[in-house]
Amino acid sequence: MEATKTKQETITIIVTRQNDPSSAPYEETFHVPYRENMNVISALMEIRRNPVNAEGKETTPIYWDMNCLEEVCGACSMVINGTPRQSCAALIDKLEQPIRLEPMATFPIIRDLAVDRSQMFDSLKKVKAWVPIDGTYDLGPGPRMPEKKRQWAYELSKCMTCGVCLEACPNVNDKSDFIGPAPISQVRLFNSHPTGAMNKGERLEALMGEGGIGSCGNSQNCVQVCPKGIPLTTSIAEMNRATNIQSFKNFFGSDTNY
Amino acid sequence: MNENREFFYRRLHSLLGVLPIGIFLIQHLVINHFAAYGSGSFNTAAGFMHNLPFRFVLEWIVIYIPILYHAILGVYIVLTGKNNTRRYGYFRNLMFLLQRITGIVTLIFIAWHVYQTRVITIFTQETIDFDFMEAILTQPFFFWFYLIGVISTTFHFANGLWSFLVTWGITVSPRSQRIATYATLLVFLGVTYLGVRSLLAFGMGV
Repeated sequence: MEATKTKQETITIIVTRQNDPSSAPYEETFHVPYRENMNVISALMEIRRNPVNAEGKETTPIYWDMNCLEEVCGACSMVINGTPRQSCAALIDKLEQPIRLEPMATFPIIRDLAVDRSQMFDSLKKVKAWVPIDGTYDLGPGPRMPEKKRQWAYELSKCMTCGVCLEACPNVNDKSDFIGPAPISQVRLFNSHPTGAMNKGERLEALMGEGGIGSCGNSQNCVQVCPKGIPLTTSIAEMNRATNIQSFKNFFGSDTNY
Repeated sequence: MNENREFFYRRLHSLLGVLPIGIFLIQHLVINHFAAYGSGSFNTAAGFMHNLPFRFVLEWIVIYIPILYHAILGVYIVLTGKNNTRRYGYFRNLMFLLQRITGIVTLIFIAWHVYQTRVITIFTQETIDFDFMEAILTQPFFFWFYLIGVISTTFHFANGLWSFLVTWGITVSPRSQRIATYATLLVFLGVTYLGVRSLLAFGMGV
């Protein structure tokens, strides 16, 4: 354990790697020269520049996903020292060493730390997480949104589909088709939009479909891990209420349930 | 409703856990608690329940069918989850795990309990009264088996009541959910007291 002595000079990183979607994962350790203000991504870039592992053997560069580098795109999410979070916002100085990097294994692994989050984007399509305004003619201005509501809705709109809440959810796994917390909260966001509310029922119907809100088991891990502090469990409870009302309307109501 | 079958099944599962199963559990333990007042009191109370009109229909509609449904879907729910309390040791996640563990323990307990007090007794023609329960619960193994079974059941009920309130959109705000945690803790303590007190009356004669 020379790491303690040379803590300021080298960082030890243990990466859980995988060559392709179907091969077995393995661990590889790296020593990276320390620089000030490093984050996990700059450490990974250092390994890419000089792909030599702790045993001094040349290896393949680590493969990972990244994009905005300011914690708004969600692409660089991975499990860092046991916590799923964005690697761009994970500062080396604030991490305990050795730093363990793992992919978010609830998603299909593409290679090393890169995962395929397409199921989240499919879910957003399924629940119609948008405001439909396209048409053949100008629809004119929509209803106004109160400023207070806009500020509240802005918090929900911070979701970057990073996948951290799905990774932490015990009911999102390969045995279940649960869509997870993120898209449920997006239904709440778009249903509270004055124009989006015109298609409220369609989104609620989607939430009541296979793998929808019914599969939530209230472990409430999602709200604990969300990097944006989105009140996911409040959204889920609110959508529980809304889908229940919708299902009563569907069954007992008249034929004007749009 | 056809397209939303899963949603309906899950909501029905949540509803049945409280209504009628939860209500029945409280009623059952209140009747049992008469054992604390002596064998005569218990036999009168249990006899009244036993002689209710349409008992057979009541038992199947209010007890057996709902519990069977709740148990079968419950086992499916347990099997489709992947517990991760080691990585995420938050309070609610621990409750999530405990709800699943107590669900399975309760299922085993209830299956045995129904077999011992309802199924074999059809053949042995025994009357289920204070002496019958005393004979079971004075055996140390069964006393502990029943103790664990009863506490597991009351926990599953009280914690399930918390989830019920969320699932039905009654407690939405974090504050109301937090208060519901304390309220259901009181429910747990109260209902557990009823159950354990009657076990002590049967098993220890106190």
